[in-house]
Amino acid sequence: MTAASFTGAGAETEVPLKRRLKRAERARQLKAFALVGPLLLFLLFTFAGPIAGMLWHAVDDREVRQVLPQTVVALANWDGKELPDEKTYAALAGDIQAARDAGTIAIAAKRLNYAQNGFRTILTSTARNLKAMPGPGTAKETLGKINAAWRDRATWTTIKRASGPVTSFYLLGALDLVRNADGAIVAAPPDQAIYREVFARTFLISLGVTVLCLILGFPVAYLLATLPPGRSNLLMIFVLLPFWTSLLVRTCAWIVLLQSKGVVNDSLRWLGIIDEPLRLIYNRFGVCVAMTHVLLPFMILPLYSSMKAISPAYMRAAASLGASPVTAFLRIYLPQTLPGIGAGSLLVFILALGYYITPALVGGAADQMISYFIALYTTETANWGLASALGAVLLLATVLLALVYGKLVQGQQVTGGMKN
Amino acid sequence: MEAGIVTTAPALVRFSGIQKTYDGEHLVVKNLDLDIRKGEFVTLLGPSGSGKTTTLMMLAGFEVPTQGEIYIADRPIKNMPPHKRDIGMVFQNYALFPHLTIEENVAFPLSVRKTSKAETQERVKAALRMIKMETLAQRRPGQLSGGQQQRVALARALVFNPQLVLMDEPLGALDKRLREQMQLEIKQLHETMGITVVYVTHDQSEALTMSDRIAVFNDGIVQQIDRPDALYERPVNSFVANFVGENNVLSGTVETIDKDYCRVALKAGGTVMARAVNISGAGAATSLSVRPERIAIVPDGASSDGPNRLPAKVQNTIYLGDHALAVLDVAGNSEFMVKLQPGLLDSLSHGESVFITFRPEDCLALDPV
Repeated sequence: MTAASFTGAGAETEVPLKRRLKRAERARQLKAFALVGPLLLFLLFTFAGPIAGMLWHAVDDREVRQVLPQTVVALANWDGKELPDEKTYAALAGDIQAARDAGTIAIAAKRLNYAQNGFRTILTSTARNLKAMPGPGTAKETLGKINAAWRDRATWTTIKRASGPVTSFYLLGALDLVRNADGAIVAAPPDQAIYREVFARTFLISLGVTVLCLILGFPVAYLLATLPPGRSNLLMIFVLLPFWTSLLVRTCAWIVLLQSKGVVNDSLRWLGIIDEPLRLIYNRFGVCVAMTHVLLPFMILPLYSSMKAISPAYMRAAASLGASPVTAFLRIYLPQTLPGIGAGSLLVFILALGYYITPALVGGAADQMISYFIALYTTETANWGLASALGAVLLLATVLLALVYGKLVQGQQVTGGMKN
Repeated sequence: MEAGIVTTAPALVRFSGIQKTYDGEHLVVKNLDLDIRKGEFVTLLGPSGSGKTTTLMMLAGFEVPTQGEIYIADRPIKNMPPHKRDIGMVFQNYALFPHLTIEENVAFPLSVRKTSKAETQERVKAALRMIKMETLAQRRPGQLSGGQQQRVALARALVFNPQLVLMDEPLGALDKRLREQMQLEIKQLHETMGITVVYVTHDQSEALTMSDRIAVFNDGIVQQIDRPDALYERPVNSFVANFVGENNVLSGTVETIDKDYCRVALKAGGTVMARAVNISGAGAATSLSVRPERIAIVPDGASSDGPNRLPAKVQNTIYLGDHALAVLDVAGNSEFMVKLQPGLLDSLSHGESVFITFRPEDCLALDPV
């Protein structure tokens, strides 16, 4: 805009070029936007919204503040070094009575019970016994008499920590961490620390499945890319066939095949290779086999597309320049498939990270992946905070991996010199 | 090869009775015998499907002859894998490795031969200097123009001093001006380095420009192998006459033969004297071949001597800068071309009746088309 005013002569007729361009492009931009608009809205509602909701649930902590509002206000200025003052006790007594009348005491009890086992009992017993307030003596004495826990500083610390509106409690919990009475972050007691192991297991299984897919998928993709079109189309149908079958059906098929009286065990026994049936399912082996089967097309297709783009002339050129077939493959072919290997591996790995049904059906207790726990907390115990926190940690780890991958491939962007 | 054996053919490459079929029904190459001498630039010229590329691929080792044997320096190579043949090859689409830099591309044949680092560096540098691309050594092929990529492909095929360099229509993807420039550059490289080149093209002017000898392929058979001028001046049959250079065809029947010359009665009437090149005898059908630049147009009624004087009608005139073409209707051939000086164009008007004359030695009696 300002540039135009400097041009001086002839400026009165001159609409700045940039603005004219914008005006000319506007109709096209609007049309483009209208075309993607529906999908954008759909994604906003079904993808961006839920993810934002999940992230919010992972830190949202308003239950206690809703049920015990006066206590939360009174505790705001408490330094936590000694027991709170009489005013706070009175506020708590008032809150509990009000909550009991409103029937909301269970909400706070559930939340506080996550942080301190047995808090539900403290709160409900207090509510039951607190009929005669204000009774004789101070609120402090009355509450202390009803439940000795109220004479414990830790009880109050728990309430103060849970008073929200946001908390790191669930996120720390998802990483097997807790805050001790002094507020420092420490490792959770061993009997509660399970998620790190589950995350490690999830990543390990995903990695194993990715490697298996790569080993099995690479030759198939190579065959697909090099066979004449007629036969490669037929082979492609076999590759895609699993895509057209329900995930549940495929997983159940593996149960039929791998169970102790299944097809595989029976055949092996009939051949006399084994006497006792092998344990092929409800363990890590079954999980890896079934997941590899399900995810194989996601590896083959990106590999295939990257291999299809490699002209056979490259291998011929390498041979004519004196490279043996192995050298030509390692130095010319393989490097050009790296983008496909990267894309396929990332796809399979990320899909595997979120697998739920397959490990749930063909895995044992020690093979359950993180999604199983997320589902457990969402549907069974309704601990949405922890479910969301586990989801958030998984999401973060996945995004980080994807970024690392992006950085890695950015350096070796390949631009083809070949036009056919 | 044992010492003392006298080789009858001092050829570097020898195709001996080569046949090739892909489907077991049609022979793509029918009984090919071809010698290529050391230091020679031989072009395999022909229309698509004539077997020239198949021949090159058999020499490179990417196709196996169905029958016959190929020798390089008297060693049979039919069963030798391509990477052991010591043949540099330049492909139509360059086939530069897209994930390697220009320098790495050129160094590739040296590094697979385990050449020492210092020597590799030196030779790559020299090769890049040869194609005047030292400054672009760190670029990737995708960042270069077609002409630059082709130069790199050349350098890569030459850097390891192969005994033989094959080029499969290497200039096909370039525009005309660049193509002509590259033709001269390749020709120059061939002369200065003394390399043996087998070049495949369907472009006859490219073949004429660059080659020591040209093998004209058609239908799986080498029709003629000769020097460019011989090919143009003395084609052995109608296919070669039509494929190499511009050509006018008149069909007729041989009346009499007198040593090297014959009298031919044209289908449309009139007789001409022609050189008897490829006719089976008196009474046989023949196609006469006359080059456009060997014909003179004389006005109607003007007298002229010589035995070959045919009436013609001007159909069209085309101005082409350095020369002009008159399209005439001569003895039933309505696309008869005569090459003229541009200044002579004005004297011709459409529909005008004129006469054409040409010398008997410029008119070849060949096999009927």
